[in-house]
Amino acid sequence: MIALVDYGAGNLASVRKGFDAAGAELFTPSAPADVAAASGIVVPGVGHFGATAALDDNWRAAIRVAVGAGTPLLGICLGMQWLFDGSEEAPDLAGLGLLRGNCARLRPGEAAVKIPHVGWNTLSMTGASPVVDGLEPDSFVYFTHSYAVPVTADAVATCTHGQTFAAIVATGHVFGVQFHPEKSAAAGLRILRNFVAMCDAR
Amino acid sequence: MLAKRLIACLDVRNGCVVKGVSFEDLREAGDPALLARRYNAEGIDELVILDVTATVEGRRALARTIRAVSRELFIPLAVGGGIRSDDDAAAAFDAGADKVSLNTAALSDPPLLTRLADRYGSQAVVVAIDARRSGVGFDVFARGGQAPTDRGAVEWAVEAAGRGAGEILLTSIDRDGTRAGFDCELTAAVSSAVSIPVIASGGAGTFEHFHDVFTIGRADAALAASVFHFSEHAIADLKAYLRDTGVPVRC
Repeated sequence: MIALVDYGAGNLASVRKGFDAAGAELFTPSAPADVAAASGIVVPGVGHFGATAALDDNWRAAIRVAVGAGTPLLGICLGMQWLFDGSEEAPDLAGLGLLRGNCARLRPGEAAVKIPHVGWNTLSMTGASPVVDGLEPDSFVYFTHSYAVPVTADAVATCTHGQTFAAIVATGHVFGVQFHPEKSAAAGLRILRNFVAMCDAR
Repeated sequence: MLAKRLIACLDVRNGCVVKGVSFEDLREAGDPALLARRYNAEGIDELVILDVTATVEGRRALARTIRAVSRELFIPLAVGGGIRSDDDAAAAFDAGADKVSLNTAALSDPPLLTRLADRYGSQAVVVAIDARRSGVGFDVFARGGQAPTDRGAVEWAVEAAGRGAGEILLTSIDRDGTRAGFDCELTAAVSSAVSIPVIASGGAGTFEHFHDVFTIGRADAALAASVFHFSEHAIADLKAYLRDTGVPVRC
């Protein structure tokens, strides 16, 4: 079963329903040690980076050990940002640091776009990864965020809203999506199914 | 490019859609889950379920409706109508809502916006503003457009955004139900004053009205109920029209 890490950042009902439609069973680990038995780990989250403070050293260690043992990990939105070194939204708080880079506030740029970035926007594929297998190019997915991760070598897809930022990242079996696949219709479910398939294959 | 969103509103009473449903081949036209599925297949970007009952029995039916719709639809789902407290909001989220829309409750208890934003994130908190033209500007009304308040629409929108609301659902009382077009002036005034998205509502009648509210009105999204029942492919046709006239839409 795939572990859905609940650290109090937002409502998880939609994520559960999305994975249910992707054919996966989720459980919510009550203690960090529970993730050791998981076939995959999902770190969801919405809101302020400060909320990730609830993922204390015990959770961080348990997730690192599981990932080290080959367990696929998917961070969604704030959960993706947490996989990086940190965020200027809460500079005193470290991220998990599995991916290099820092999350920064989106800037409107010359297009003078609205921040937060809310709604359906297109993905531009910049790399290959099993997590995006079968995804149509220029797929629309649903975003809602004010902070984002810059485009690095780990970016598999980017999106542009005032500036270009990383929309999907992948390194080994660690994945992050800045948008909400559970709210992104067929394109989102495709990504969830791809992740579930990797978990099932272990 | 960020798409302009089309949002369908389902007015629901005791678990049934009550407003202008006329799909010919939809035998159980009043079933919100069936209608939601239909809209989804046509490419709607988001759904709002508006509970027009707000009774205890109605609430239970609403929770069932939210569950049924959210089980099979993987697009954002907002719930509004009679959400007056933290508990009402929690029940909607537990049932599967992604956002709650607050109107009268936000006016009478503005800190509720902040409490919900802190708990669920601003993206989950929509403030619904019903406004009517007055001599100098736009006055806000509460209780389904019945009760005047001492607030102006732009001022209240700015305050609500500052208190944590993540989107504004802005309804023109003057235009609602008229099919005479959105109030682009109202929409532009509010949209220019806040950085959060503004959903325009009230007055949709033709494809041109949507084009106007996205361009002149600077709306980020447009909501309609019965106009999407005009024909079987209204949403797909509307999106094609908008795309052809230079408005970015998801298709």
